Amino acid sequence: MKEPAGAPADAWIAKLRRIRALVRKETLQVLRDPSSIAIGVVLPLILILLFGYGLSLDVKHVPIALVMDDNSADASALAGAFELSPYFRPQRQPTLAAAQRLLLQQKIDGIVHIQSDFSQRLNDGHTSLQLIVHGADANRARIIQSYVTGAVGAWSAQRHAQGQAADIAPVTLETRVWFNEANDSSYFLVPGLIVLVMTLIGGLLTSMVMAREWERGTLEALLVTPVRADEILLGKTLPYFLLGMIGLAVCVLAAEFLFHVPLRGSLWILIGASMLYVLVALGIGLLISSWVKNQLVASQLTMLVTFMPAFMLSGFLFDLRSVPLFVRLITYVLPARYYVALLQSVFLAGNVWAVIVPNTLVLALMAAGLGLTSRAVMNKRLQ
Amino acid sequence: MNGLRASLLRILALTRKELLAVLKDRRARMSLLVPAIVQALVFGYAATYDLNHVPYAVIDQDQSQSSRTLLAGLDGSGLFERVAELHRAADIATWIDARRALLVLQIPSDFERRLQNGSGAVVQVIADGRNSNTAGTALGYLGSIVDQFNSEWRSSHALPAASIEVVTRAWYNPNLETRWNMIPGLIGTLTLIQTMMLTAMSVAREREQGTFDQLLVTPFRPYEIMAGKALPSMVVGTSQATGVLLVAQLWFHIPFAGSYLTLYTGLLLFLLAAIGIGLLLSSVATTMQQAMLYSMLLIMPFSLLSGLTTPLTNMPLVLQYFTALNPLRYAIDVARRVYLEGVGLPLLWSDLWPLGLIATITLGGASWMFSHRMQ
Repeated sequence: MKEPAGAPADAWIAKLRRIRALVRKETLQVLRDPSSIAIGVVLPLILILLFGYGLSLDVKHVPIALVMDDNSADASALAGAFELSPYFRPQRQPTLAAAQRLLLQQKIDGIVHIQSDFSQRLNDGHTSLQLIVHGADANRARIIQSYVTGAVGAWSAQRHAQGQAADIAPVTLETRVWFNEANDSSYFLVPGLIVLVMTLIGGLLTSMVMAREWERGTLEALLVTPVRADEILLGKTLPYFLLGMIGLAVCVLAAEFLFHVPLRGSLWILIGASMLYVLVALGIGLLISSWVKNQLVASQLTMLVTFMPAFMLSGFLFDLRSVPLFVRLITYVLPARYYVALLQSVFLAGNVWAVIVPNTLVLALMAAGLGLTSRAVMNKRLQ
Repeated sequence: MNGLRASLLRILALTRKELLAVLKDRRARMSLLVPAIVQALVFGYAATYDLNHVPYAVIDQDQSQSSRTLLAGLDGSGLFERVAELHRAADIATWIDARRALLVLQIPSDFERRLQNGSGAVVQVIADGRNSNTAGTALGYLGSIVDQFNSEWRSSHALPAASIEVVTRAWYNPNLETRWNMIPGLIGTLTLIQTMMLTAMSVAREREQGTFDQLLVTPFRPYEIMAGKALPSMVVGTSQATGVLLVAQLWFHIPFAGSYLTLYTGLLLFLLAAIGIGLLLSSVATTMQQAMLYSMLLIMPFSLLSGLTTPLTNMPLVLQYFTALNPLRYAIDVARRVYLEGVGLPLLWSDLWPLGLIATITLGGASWMFSHRMQ
């Protein structure tokens, strides 16, 4: 690790030259292997299209069955309210048993059962109606439940407006959902997808590349040349970093122009945070591959520590505040968590410094830490 | 007859060699079983849409007995956690923007007065919609707590009860816990990744190291090589699935309603399909890196568009057709329905035949590719 005495400027020029040569070699390798191009450009495009259109938690046009055991005017009016609602796609079923069969086959998501004494009890001042939902998809079932309650409440209010006795709820809620007034789930799913795509590009490619060099023994061949560990690392990182940036551009363009997710914060912050995250993902890939040296294990390990956690533990889908402490502690180690928070805020809420500063700081620290560790590991391996 | 026996022996020998290759390395051995179980544990806790710590802030401009009762209902529910009491409306943005509060409740100063005189009080709620699903769930919880407050208020003030009440029953999951739905779905999801990759990479490795050519000059027939590659992955996949199943039952105590035979029939077909796809990929890929990239390109859409986290019915029709090719979609459906509903084979037919078809086509295709490449 000793610099040759005398002309430090010359040493630097030589170093830069070596890095340039390595970058060039690596770039050629990327360009010649169609699978790397696939991961840099085609993969982000396909993923963002597939998932942007495919993933949705919006509940609309829910297929439900209406079972009317009461044919009074009130019951028909209530059924009409369901039929007119954009949230439901009701079909009438003659018997409860027939409807239950449909529910069992999951042809419908719920049954609204209006019992035979519905209107009679309504005239007495208190009645009920039965809702049966399929609990398998509990999230959806809960949303359907609140829609049905809402539809019934609206009908009841309308009925009172038409001259029936007033039935004012003691407390009503007046809700406003900030950042996503239309309640469109793609607003938070698309930024989350960008995290997944960047994770994949960064982590997988590098871990494979390094492991392949170890496996084929080409890294030993590099050793007899004057290149140093940090130069090899830089040479490996730069081309893939650029590949990641291309992927990012593809994703952001798709988010803006295909899915119309508003970008309320600054584009520069988005780019800066993404650069940091790609560096972190590359660092993880490098570290894994210089540690395990075997392509099969390296790829599986990368998959396990990057993709799956980014999917499940990053706050992309599930709220991290509700997980038990030991799982939450794990999520603090995951870079994806910070990137998801950053992207969701920058896209939807704007430049919220209280979110941007701490999360960027953690990502920067992680990037620096990973870079230094991979260099140390490389150095050790090379001796 | 002798030929068949010899063939079986060759397959067994190859399987043994493959298993040894996979399991000889301690790290590799660990990487096959431990991650599946750890992931089942961690994701089992994390993968839920249920909330239990909704941080909320409140601006109580009324400071009355009634407003305190309403808030006590929130705090006592175990679902909400009061993080701040604010005094100015300007503070709302600070708390929401910084994600310190998911909801902010604003109780106006006429809250109790309007309650008392029967004109109806209004509470304003602002929710952080950055994750609109979480916001919706939290608002749903809040709504049911307010409903409860309302009915208690009505009964204690001799008011008539609400005129219409919706009585809900949820089948198979009475408390609507999303965990019940998620964990059985993980059985297939967690096994897919490693089974498919293991298969795809094992052939690619032989090819990259040149040992595939050596295998070709032995008396092995193409289908025997294929079977030798498929069986070890089958063993690994089945043990991973069993591990996840055990976690679901012994750790999370989710009651198993169906028959193990039915579940394993479905899983076996699923593994065959996953392995078939892996083999087909490996016959296309020439290097391990390509094999891995190709399997990644499939695993991502398979696992995200499987119905595990978002419902299939929400997808555009074109994508719903695409998911017909996704073996994981059927595996998740089988696992959930057998596990939670206890359905038998006849009701699962619509899941089983596509799995069988995918397995047949991919295994057949891979075998054709192998024999084709050999000439």
